[in-house]
Amino acid sequence: MNVGDELPGLSVRVTRKQLVRYAGASLDFNAIHWSERFATDVGLPNVIAHGMLTMALGGRVVTDWLGDPGRVVEYGVRFTRPVVVPDDDEGALVEFTAKVGEVRDDGTARVDITAKFDGKTVLGKAQAVVRA
Amino acid sequence: MPLDPLFVGRTYPPETTYEVGRAKIAEFADAIGDDNPLYLDVEAAKGAGYADVIAPPTFLTIINIRAINAVVEDPELGLDYDRMVHGDQRFVHHRPACAGDRLQVTVHIDDVFVRAGNDFLSVHADIATEGGEPVCTTYAQLVVRGERS
Repeated sequence: MNVGDELPGLSVRVTRKQLVRYAGASLDFNAIHWSERFATDVGLPNVIAHGMLTMALGGRVVTDWLGDPGRVVEYGVRFTRPVVVPDDDEGALVEFTAKVGEVRDDGTARVDITAKFDGKTVLGKAQAVVRA
Repeated sequence: MPLDPLFVGRTYPPETTYEVGRAKIAEFADAIGDDNPLYLDVEAAKGAGYADVIAPPTFLTIINIRAINAVVEDPELGLDYDRMVHGDQRFVHHRPACAGDRLQVTVHIDDVFVRAGNDFLSVHADIATEGGEPVCTTYAQLVVRGERS
């Protein structure tokens, strides 16, 4: 792998159904991820996706490319904007791209991931360190 | 009430042991739309050199969030859960978590500070097997929004 190499991108339509499924799988039952009433009461525009779901989907870009997810030695993100998920069949379109940002002497490389929803980035400093 | 810097260095020992299960890994992989065979097929995982199916890189959020909540619910800190959001999250994997791992989580408070009227809390969690083998270290920043923000 070389600096600047682009990974195959990933587009995901996040629906309410997926939020419910992810809530059960991750055991994160915060009501802002399933109750429009609760979400708007705390000042959000609507139900929002779990930041950790967006993070997991970004991780897929890297693990799909590596094949062996065990080669991911580090993965971190900042949650900068919420992904607002409407109550319809279309859901919220989140688009992920990634490229190799650094190849290190210790046999690892840094992959920089971008996640966009509604034309804006929703993850900041999303980086994975992988064994090359 | 702002967080007291005296809480820096406080440690929350493991309350329980979590056994990573094949079915839970499969359920999590399905929830993120991922059909990687190393999550789902024991023979494929063994062929790649693992003891059993491995977990996706963010799978340990399951026990990480539970452990962070133990901090959030510490009455001495007096945090308002309804005003708290996750600022960042990082996983450092010492090896992939595998089905059959029996894991324990120890949480440490690394920093507390106030900026622009919001409370910031930095924590890390050591996730290790019952036998003490390190599996993952997680780092998180939690933000408790001030009354006016």
